[in-house]
Amino acid sequence: MINYWPLLGIALVVIGFALRFNPLLVVAVAAIVTGLLGGMPFLKILGVLGKGFNDNRYVSVIWIVLPVVGVLERYGLQQRARTLIASMRGATTGRLLIAYLAFRQIFAALGLTSVAGHPQTVRPLVAPMALAAAEKEHGKLDEATAERVKAMSAATDNVGLFFGEDIFLAIASILLIQGALAGFGIQLTPFQLSVWAIPSAICAFLIHGTRLLLLDRSLKRRGR
Amino acid sequence: MITLHWLYVLAGAMFAAFAIGSARDATNPKRWGNGAFWGLLAVSFWFGDFLGDVGNGVLVLALVTIAGTHFLGRGSKQSTTILERERFSGRLGNRLFLPALVIPFTAFAGTLLFTYTPLKASGLIDPKSVTLVLLGAGVIIALVICYAWLRPPLTAPIEEGRRLMDSIGWAAVLPQMLAALGAVFAAAGVGTTIGAMAGAIIPSGSVFLAVLLYALGMVVFTMIMGNAFAAFPVMAAAIGIPILVHQDGGNPAVIGAVGMLSGFCGTLMTPMAANFNIVPAALLELKNQYGVIKAQVPTALPLLLANILILYFGAFR
Repeated sequence: MINYWPLLGIALVVIGFALRFNPLLVVAVAAIVTGLLGGMPFLKILGVLGKGFNDNRYVSVIWIVLPVVGVLERYGLQQRARTLIASMRGATTGRLLIAYLAFRQIFAALGLTSVAGHPQTVRPLVAPMALAAAEKEHGKLDEATAERVKAMSAATDNVGLFFGEDIFLAIASILLIQGALAGFGIQLTPFQLSVWAIPSAICAFLIHGTRLLLLDRSLKRRGR
Repeated sequence: MITLHWLYVLAGAMFAAFAIGSARDATNPKRWGNGAFWGLLAVSFWFGDFLGDVGNGVLVLALVTIAGTHFLGRGSKQSTTILERERFSGRLGNRLFLPALVIPFTAFAGTLLFTYTPLKASGLIDPKSVTLVLLGAGVIIALVICYAWLRPPLTAPIEEGRRLMDSIGWAAVLPQMLAALGAVFAAAGVGTTIGAMAGAIIPSGSVFLAVLLYALGMVVFTMIMGNAFAAFPVMAAAIGIPILVHQDGGNPAVIGAVGMLSGFCGTLMTPMAANFNIVPAALLELKNQYGVIKAQVPTALPLLLANILILYFGAFR
């Protein structure tokens, strides 16, 4: 007999996020409720939660780049990024982000996933450049448009990373697929798997690239 | 050998400095909350391995309490004004990009060096954490360059880093918290339950419907768990292997690879993938914390359709 009650924890997460309670609080409550419904004693849940947190500290190590980004911003890095774009003829938000998408996909496909990312490149470089390019097309940006351009900069980084990295042979997800299939007696090489990441990578580039060109058009239409 | 622990020591030192800086920042009405929050993270990085599982659990609850009761604030100390920054930017020119590019370049050159040359066997860096260690090395090199070239005040990296860290706030630890939640979900048997449910509603006879259910299952489960890694083994066991490979004779390489990528479409659409979707919203100071997700959904849905077609036509030719 399967115990369906722990699924209530998932519902709690969905409701909590939708009502915009503090997400840390939502996650902690969901963890405790899920554990209790799954028949775990409270101290056991606390232990699993604590061990999970401790084992995943590497996720938060990325913040060590902030002091460097902060110092460079103090000396005008964002302003410099804007000036550079403003001086480039033909640089539009869409073209700039398409170039970044290609860069991100290619480097991720070579296994170089952490050469770029939200703290390292999007905040100090890509987003200010995209904004500057948008201002060139559009004139002064209203808040909603600026938000859209910034959000698209972050989205472009994610799409490029997700749909590039699996082309690399030794990436965690490929190794995970290989391991999981081996558990069922299906032996595949990483190469056999990563080849099949290429069609999706091309589709991702075409679909997201089209959206970026459309973004350019809507920026131009609404400008001046 | 340089392992992840060296990085934890570095990160712990940074958070400890953030904590001290926060506690002394009189412009932040909630300075003690910030001090305690970053201080606890420093404790986690430095002493996490000695606290025991329950001890770490208590630390997590303390972090959650500080964030959940709104004890986190922001100081109003401006570092340099926009006008000063314009002036610096004009004077320093494009060379200003160089320190910023040191970090990715170190990661790039270092990864090549430690993967494709005899250095790989030198044992200098733990092969399991080469990229992160190189990231840390890049940060240190960039900081040294900044000090030597720009001559900022001694505490500038801490103060500027803290300014950014405070603007991110609780979102900074959300990815780690969600990973911990994943551990609890797994221990409570959520994965097996979902797998059993997906396996139970599988239609027989239609290969396309089975492919559709497999891909959608990957998406939904990924959205719940926040990453496709947790979803893949469950969906592979429930539908991918028994139905698509064994019963319908599909190519397992396609089912594996494109199944995972279908899950990635789900990652683009869920707040549970906080480091990709929520943290950047905070980092870019978006008003809508779901702004990045909103920007990604129109890419994710057509891409999911593309993946379903690749699955169907690629695996069952």
